[in-house]
Amino acid sequence: MELVCPAGNLPALKKAVDEGADAVYFGFQNATNARQFIGLNFTDKRANEGIEYAQSRGCKVFCAINTYPQPNGWREWTAAVDQAASLGVDALILADMGLLDYAAQTHPDLSRHLSVQGSATSHAALRFYQQQFGIKRAVLPRVLSISQVEDLARQSPVELEVFAFGSLCIMAEGRCYLSSYLTDESPNTRGACSPAKAVRWLETDQGLEARLNGVLIDRFQAGEKAGYPTLCKGRFAVGDETYHALEEPVSLSTLDLLPKLKALGISAVKIEGRQRSPAYVAQVTRVWRQAVDAAGAAEPDSVRMQAWAAQLSQLSEGSLTTLGAYHRKWK
Amino acid sequence: MQLSLGPLLYYWPAEQVDAFYQQAAEWPVEVVHLGETVCSRRRELKLDDWERIGKHLVASGKQVVLSTQALIESEADLKQLRRLLDLAAEQGWQVEANDQSALYYLTEAELPFTTGPSLNIYNLRTLSNLSALGLQRWCLPVELSRETLADLQQGIAEQQLDLETEVFAYGHLPLAWSSRCFTARYHDLPKDRCGFVCQQYAAGLPMRTQESRDVFVLNGIQTLSGACCNLLDQLPLMRRHGVQVVRLSPQAEGMAAVVSQFDRMRSGELPLGQEIPLHAQQDCNGYWFGRPGMDRVNPLMD
Repeated sequence: MELVCPAGNLPALKKAVDEGADAVYFGFQNATNARQFIGLNFTDKRANEGIEYAQSRGCKVFCAINTYPQPNGWREWTAAVDQAASLGVDALILADMGLLDYAAQTHPDLSRHLSVQGSATSHAALRFYQQQFGIKRAVLPRVLSISQVEDLARQSPVELEVFAFGSLCIMAEGRCYLSSYLTDESPNTRGACSPAKAVRWLETDQGLEARLNGVLIDRFQAGEKAGYPTLCKGRFAVGDETYHALEEPVSLSTLDLLPKLKALGISAVKIEGRQRSPAYVAQVTRVWRQAVDAAGAAEPDSVRMQAWAAQLSQLSEGSLTTLGAYHRKWK
Repeated sequence: MQLSLGPLLYYWPAEQVDAFYQQAAEWPVEVVHLGETVCSRRRELKLDDWERIGKHLVASGKQVVLSTQALIESEADLKQLRRLLDLAAEQGWQVEANDQSALYYLTEAELPFTTGPSLNIYNLRTLSNLSALGLQRWCLPVELSRETLADLQQGIAEQQLDLETEVFAYGHLPLAWSSRCFTARYHDLPKDRCGFVCQQYAAGLPMRTQESRDVFVLNGIQTLSGACCNLLDQLPLMRRHGVQVVRLSPQAEGMAAVVSQFDRMRSGELPLGQEIPLHAQQDCNGYWFGRPGMDRVNPLMD
């Protein structure tokens, strides 16, 4: 089972490699990838250096080009595919059917992974992508329960990669347009959800307000921890109640499920967080390296498990983790 | 230019659904999308009921299209999907594919199909690929603008693709799908014992900011836009861009008036600027103008 870690920049990439990632994934400095953050991602030169660093140490490199090009951006996206191919990455992570087709025709020997943004939630959908575009692997959306993942693992025609740790998307990825409804950017169009350029913090008599393009996402009282206003994690009013109507600000952690995922034959576990610091990537990779290695053991080591869970918890949003949709009770 | 009714997104009692399509049979719409696209737990209408409603609509001169569930999560969902495709094949009705699972079965069976707005078609290469697989008509994803539409229409013409284009022009926009049911969450019920509480909300459950601004509408596992999309005054532009079908999404109130206005607008009987407000609530058209979806752009100022 591969451990796939985020590389938002070169220092993070090196940390992930040093701490034992089997693969790292990165994107270019434009809207072609789903983590377009200011100051993040790779130039050609940096990518070259990172790929050299990783591959010479036995670590694979995947390139995420997983947003949806429109006609006026088509050439920028195909250029990113060509660039990744010429840099010698081990696989492309793609979502758009047109771009998958372009990659399959233009670079047939370069592995194609279906991004989580491709929204494949059934073995039939996986078969469609495999037959039409020859995908080798698919990253599953975070909306599936463990029993659904189990069904898929049994019938999937391709390798499966699942999210193990990091931010939790509660909507089926690739088909969530909430961000572009409130701002002019979405993960699909610009690789951004609740973009920082649209965020305003305001101290008011009613508390600290977090607004996204003017829309009040949450209001924090003194002593409350104020998290980034990702729009689906704010407090809203439904009926007479004001609460986290969509989701609490928590992170996903599937540490407890790891032995099960391994037994199901899941090919890779993925750590989310290209936007996080190199220090974060180092810590998370270190813990998960140990956990993945230990997952095959006959006797689970509950003491070590607890220690890992505690370390991960400290690194999580609001210091809270959840099994998310993997666990039925979440729903 | 044709008018279509999109699939019913809300969970209404069977009698209300029947009554709605009885009326729709008399409305000046050419295409009607039928079927449950949101949640597999909604079984108020069985496949037989959809068949009966479809037959009545066909007898009234409508083209019937069966729409597939947007978020497929289980083997049971796939089974239901295959039954829907069987019914379509039996009746010679078209199928609207709303995810790649549907595309898989349709292409395996070499059946022609259409696509709904939740199938991500953002560029010409995707269109030409799907066209080769049997795509007959596609619906522009809700977050795309008139500029992208114009580019795609030009590409379709240049490549001589035999495709009809549809635009979502009226109704609360479907913006997201989750495995979590937000209506059940509001009622503090687990999803698999939800008690079908979404049936209490014929127009969905409004979700507002802490300063009472409508932001989204909760509709079970689906999240809709808080404002109602209304592109009535954009019909002349759509016509110029060669849009063949204009989609109106069923709402609980006032749908007959909505259809009537769109019908008058397409036939040029409704002078621009003369349209009557269709909805008591706030409406939006931002996506069409390349702005945040919630915005209301005054086309005369644009």
